[in-house]
Amino acid sequence: MHELGIVFYIIRDVKETALQNNVNHVSAVVMNIGEVSTVIPEYLTDCWRWAADKEEMLKGCELRINTIPAVTRCDTCGSEYDTVRYGKKCPHCGSDDTWLLCGNEVEIKEIEVT
Amino acid sequence: MLYQFTLKPMTDVKIIEIKKSVFADNDKDADALRSELKRRGVYLLNLMSAPGSGKTTTLIQTLNRIKDRIKVAVMEADIDSDVDAVKIKEATGIPSIQLHTGGMCHLDAEMTRQGLDNVSMDGVDLVILENVGNLVCPAEFDTGAVRNAMILSVPEGHDKPLKYPLMFTVCDLVIINKIDVMPYFDFDLEKCREYIHMRNPEARIIPICAKTGEGVDVLADWLVAEVQNWKQA
Repeated sequence: MHELGIVFYIIRDVKETALQNNVNHVSAVVMNIGEVSTVIPEYLTDCWRWAADKEEMLKGCELRINTIPAVTRCDTCGSEYDTVRYGKKCPHCGSDDTWLLCGNEVEIKEIEVT
Repeated sequence: MLYQFTLKPMTDVKIIEIKKSVFADNDKDADALRSELKRRGVYLLNLMSAPGSGKTTTLIQTLNRIKDRIKVAVMEADIDSDVDAVKIKEATGIPSIQLHTGGMCHLDAEMTRQGLDNVSMDGVDLVILENVGNLVCPAEFDTGAVRNAMILSVPEGHDKPLKYPLMFTVCDLVIINKIDVMPYFDFDLEKCREYIHMRNPEARIIPICAKTGEGVDVLADWLVAEVQNWKQA
């Protein structure tokens, strides 16, 4: 359950941003979550509801999640492929000389304030 | 794919862009802690593993081999209870403090710092942090340690590096424990090495048996040399 720890980080960052912008209430937080970030979106939203409602500024604030597809790049043949489907080994040339291009994000994209 | 639209008057909502990794603050805290420990000459080792891999037994065996050579302290992190801290203190005489994460599955840099505030650091060369038994979350949170180590025990299988890639990517040292039962588990040590090096070509691998003591001297010597080299650098 690292989702709860992550939620505490999100709350801290969001509150800080809100205070800097003289905002009293945040209505939505938009997250970019990579497919292979090991964060489970459902757990994250569950933990969010529990923790955010304890904060005056975040009562009822919605957590929206954009899923970022995981893409791996192969340095041997230069192709890019779906990480979730093929993993570490390049499906085009069989090389292991590959690295994750994107899909590892756990990022606060933006907040909506009213 | 279904798209959901929420209709609102446009003037109602203002968007503030943040675009920041959730781990950014922790990474900053961890770097600050690392520099502070460097100034004080205290080497922090973050030891991770799955529950039941023999972390505490490995620690006891290792501590007994290094305690006359360098000054060590131990921090035990668990969700609850203090059985590990008590066991270590009894078996080695080394001061050990217990951190409770209060339900959280990992330690972050701030929790580590708070824990270190409770350790008497006078002349201490090495602090070993026994992280919560878990192969997923602790890998994500930099604690501020100089090095990350993990214990993989034989019954867990040689393919574990394939299943928990991040853990093996962040670890500088992989201790393979319980090698005495290797014949009973079809554990392929060479395959295991290959999989670990796929994740981290630089990883040092030390096979041991904490119960019989086999290989623990290698581990103890490695650790003492690590600490001494780091202090001189």
